[in-house]
Amino acid sequence: MTEDLNWAVGGEAGDGIDSTGKIFAQALSRAGRHVFTSKDFASRIRGGYTAYKVRTSVDRVESVVDRLDILIALTERTVDENMDELHDGSVIIYDGERSMMSDFEAPDEMIGLDVPLKRLAEEAGGAIMRNIVALGAACEVADFPIENLDESLEKRFGNKGESIVANNKEAARLGQEHVRSEYDLSTDYALETTDNDYVLLNGDEAIGMGAIAAGCRFYAGYPITPATDVMTYLKGRIERFGGNVVQAEDELSAVNMALGAARAGARSMTATSGPGIDLMAETFGLVATSETPLVIADVMRSGPSTGMPTKQEQGDLNMALYGGHGEIPRFVLAPSSISECFWKTVEAFNLAEQYQTPVYVLSDLAMAVTEQTFPPEVFDMEEVEIDRGKVVDEASIEEWQDEDGHFKPHAITDDGISPRVLPGTEDGAHMSTGLEHDELGRRTESTEMRIEQVDKRNRKVETARERETLSPRSFGDEDSDNLVVSWGSNEGALREAIDLLAQDGVDIRVLSLPYLFPRPDLTETFEAADEVVVVECNATGQLADVLEHDTLQRVQRVNKYNGVRFKADELADDLREAFDVADEAEVQA
Amino acid sequence: MSSDNVRFVDFKSDKQPTWCPGCGDFGTMNGMMKALANTGSSPDDTFVVAGIGCSGKIGTYMHSYALHGVHGRALPVGTGVKMANPDLEVMVAGGDGDGYSIGAGHFVHAVRRNVDMTYVVMDNRIYGLTKGQFSPTSREDFETSTSPDGTHQQPINPLALAMAAGGSFIAQSFSSDAQRHAEIVQEAVEHDGFGFVNVFSPCVTFNDVDTYDYFRDALQDVGDSDHDPTDYDAAKEKILDRDTEYQGVLYRDESSTPYNELEGATENMADIDDSPPEEAMDLVREFY
Repeated sequence: MTEDLNWAVGGEAGDGIDSTGKIFAQALSRAGRHVFTSKDFASRIRGGYTAYKVRTSVDRVESVVDRLDILIALTERTVDENMDELHDGSVIIYDGERSMMSDFEAPDEMIGLDVPLKRLAEEAGGAIMRNIVALGAACEVADFPIENLDESLEKRFGNKGESIVANNKEAARLGQEHVRSEYDLSTDYALETTDNDYVLLNGDEAIGMGAIAAGCRFYAGYPITPATDVMTYLKGRIERFGGNVVQAEDELSAVNMALGAARAGARSMTATSGPGIDLMAETFGLVATSETPLVIADVMRSGPSTGMPTKQEQGDLNMALYGGHGEIPRFVLAPSSISECFWKTVEAFNLAEQYQTPVYVLSDLAMAVTEQTFPPEVFDMEEVEIDRGKVVDEASIEEWQDEDGHFKPHAITDDGISPRVLPGTEDGAHMSTGLEHDELGRRTESTEMRIEQVDKRNRKVETARERETLSPRSFGDEDSDNLVVSWGSNEGALREAIDLLAQDGVDIRVLSLPYLFPRPDLTETFEAADEVVVVECNATGQLADVLEHDTLQRVQRVNKYNGVRFKADELADDLREAFDVADEAEVQA
Repeated sequence: MSSDNVRFVDFKSDKQPTWCPGCGDFGTMNGMMKALANTGSSPDDTFVVAGIGCSGKIGTYMHSYALHGVHGRALPVGTGVKMANPDLEVMVAGGDGDGYSIGAGHFVHAVRRNVDMTYVVMDNRIYGLTKGQFSPTSREDFETSTSPDGTHQQPINPLALAMAAGGSFIAQSFSSDAQRHAEIVQEAVEHDGFGFVNVFSPCVTFNDVDTYDYFRDALQDVGDSDHDPTDYDAAKEKILDRDTEYQGVLYRDESSTPYNELEGATENMADIDDSPPEEAMDLVREFY
């Protein structure tokens, strides 16, 4: 377990919670500390409780925990909402002069710091800086050198002029001074700094950066929580690399624009969440049957229907595996960390073009709204390779033409992969269609050709099983008979949970599955284990279902579907129960 | 590719159309091929996007790069093609069902987005491929299997819809007036922006009201009058005139700049290296 500090700022939407939290997270990152952030928020612009939480340590942090050490509370509700996470000795920073906090008293066992945030901010140049005053106060509580905050303020406010930056720095110092002079604190957090350089980004940004790195030049999308950040990241950046972003009128249009760009030869993608995936399902079969390379990122949120748009769920696995009428070959990749959001997106573009199929990247809200620190080498662009698959040019087109000189975009091949020619190539003109077609791409109702084309498309999946390494990531105690299987963002919490369990003497092996289709055959692995537990953020156990089907073995299920991601300590308790080691848990308690 | 000697038959595939004998779509397609040949396009740098319905079969009968997509979404596909490779001549074709019913939302947005492409709608005021149900341009009293007492709905005025959406090129033609139809489509192709042509393309099997004879009698060619298509108010008056069927270019905004140009999408996005450019590392550094 790392020596970590858990910090949060909370208030009403519109209180500037996000930017305040981000400034603090960035200051920690710049000070060479690892950061893992999370957000509590509602789908509205103003009003309603919202919070930005930061967990920080000099060691890597991969998860959130049920503990809050320092809370900046702009409203009483912020305290109420976090009462379970606050503990004896937690520090609550609040402004007793704010009307909605005037009756607030910190619980006896906690430390309440009444700091006149607004008054001090006005002293520094404007009430708008009251949250920065609070950050200064937090620096004093955490014994965190305030100079680190300065850099972060420069980054945030640099474009607004030097005096604004100076005022903010002053506001932070007034907050710090107030706590120093008014309170005699006995906390001993002393946030150590290091010389390490980290970058701080969220899962959507990682997908966007991965797309550009992979040569994606066209993105079409429609704004939807929690996938919008992919589009806002790309807009203004992809253009620097010769690309473009189109905000479409809806998801039906977005996926068809992306399809059009892919037909024209561009590496192309769209991203959305569940409600948008439903609409895109209309075109999914066309993408596959016209054998068009396309990457579709589904940043999952709680469903069905509008569900809980700002809450976590891994509920779209069945949709990704089976969505669309008819039988559709596809890839389904599920990154399990923010850095993997980058790398799996890169891989998705290669797979899409190598196999000329749609590729789903299944991310989730927990990664989309979390910012995490990484050494920049994690995103080493020199490691990115671009493989465009079987593209035929003017010199080699002849071998793929029929006797009349027609190009065969759906030629029957052993590996199921046909040649691809990009528009503009001489003598390559051909059509493609959602109708069943012959090798030339022309409509057919021939029973023989139907079978040949279906088999050809499905053969791509078999080829992928042969050529690709679809292995799960394995960690924990490799020799343990207790096997946990999971996918997506649960991996971080699992890594910390098994560390906690190992301290209790409970050894567990974990498999995290980034390839959900085609996926590895786990039959023998399951047979060798005493007990298999599948952990996922949904109610029915969608991965558990397919693995039981694959292996013909029953598994136990740990499911969470209240809209909140797994937390490390909570997950450790769930696993103790699942593996029937409740006794140790009680001893520990 | 240069294409000095391209003839319109070069845009014809060796597949024989299965449209009913006498269908307006034959003439509509011929005019499209002539327009493409006359503007110097070649099949290898032309991309045709087709929707679903009788009209959607056009991708099979023409020779070019083409995609026959899902119902109603042809315009978004065309948008993606043009944005990705502005060197391609993009022509989108569909019917009144594809464009004004299931695809009506995309039509409005494609018009106002003004990407440099051509949209030809084969408007026969009926659903032909499903054997005769009313369409969004059917008359209110039109009797079909799904409207035995008339549609009880106002027909859509596609030209007015385009004008309301800020269209930069709005035209109408008649498949049977081969020369004028080809000229009008050619103007749409040459227009810098979204060139929209609603083509009266009669269905000889299921529509006994909007027939060749009807259009021959009813059509007034704005080319025969002193209509100035760059005059917005004059165009508006004709487009909103419910009593007359017009042929010709009703409105043209010569000063508009296509979306793809405004967005700076001027390069072929298919051209990428096999590794990220050096500047890609700047993307990582932004996150410090």
